[in-house]
Amino acid sequence: MTSDTSAHHIVGYGKLAQVWLALLALTALTVLITRVELGGYKVLGALTIACLKSGLVIAFFMHMKYEGRLLRWLLFVALVTLAIFIGFTFFDVLYR
Amino acid sequence: MSHLKDDSGAKLGMWLFLFTELLLFGGLFLLYSAYLSRYPHDFSSAGRQLNVVFGTINTVVLLTSSLFVAMAVTAVQRGEPRRTLWLLGGTILCAAIFMAIKYVEWSTKILHGIYPNSPHLAAGPPGESVFFSLYFMTTGIHGLHVLIGATLLAWVGAKVKRGAVHSGDYILLENGALYWHLVDLIWIFIFPLYYLIL
Repeated sequence: MTSDTSAHHIVGYGKLAQVWLALLALTALTVLITRVELGGYKVLGALTIACLKSGLVIAFFMHMKYEGRLLRWLLFVALVTLAIFIGFTFFDVLYR
Repeated sequence: MSHLKDDSGAKLGMWLFLFTELLLFGGLFLLYSAYLSRYPHDFSSAGRQLNVVFGTINTVVLLTSSLFVAMAVTAVQRGEPRRTLWLLGGTILCAAIFMAIKYVEWSTKILHGIYPNSPHLAAGPPGESVFFSLYFMTTGIHGLHVLIGATLLAWVGAKVKRGAVHSGDYILLENGALYWHLVDLIWIFIFPLYYLIL
């Protein structure tokens, strides 16, 4: 996990295929849970699964798990910026 | 001028660019959720007109394309150019399937008079019109990214074939793959928001 060796980390085919299977399973799950009437939990469930799926794509397919501190912090900052951007808009939209 | 190569710098640049893309689509998702809270019923009736089967197939196609391009990076790192080319070909094939399905979806909607500013939508409830405007804008910009990503990967593939991208120098393929994964990431959110939760 050190930044020097990270540039040459090789993720094996087997591991990538496992991640792909997990992504397909999560896709099936998200379709299933949104077909039944769960009310507000439907949105929450679908978005939680979407976040899990993107976590898998970013960590393994995009090699973020094996990157150094700089990139991981930058990703964190970008996601926090997005969260502030969405969160503050909703303070306005919901309590207007 | 020196010709020193800086692969980690190139990758950092790619990630910074991807963050701007994230904020671009984040803005579109924000618009979507703000209008969803204003017109929940109209969004619901409009969203149910989208075809869940097409949406699900396209999700599987894009996830598979992401697997292929991630495997292509592994293949180039291990010094397997032929396998790299096959995997890139698989990715581009998936991109073509995705666009073909998107074409069918869009043309069916347009045939039914559903397109931005159409008389059919103008006569209907305002929320449906907003929903379909956002749908065409978001999937349109996403589709543009699919086309750009596939072109980029075809260009990198040509370089792999010529031996210009190989196990000692593959940053172009790595960055092309990162761009492709972003296309997949955005779809991971478009799919539940537009096709499933309404």
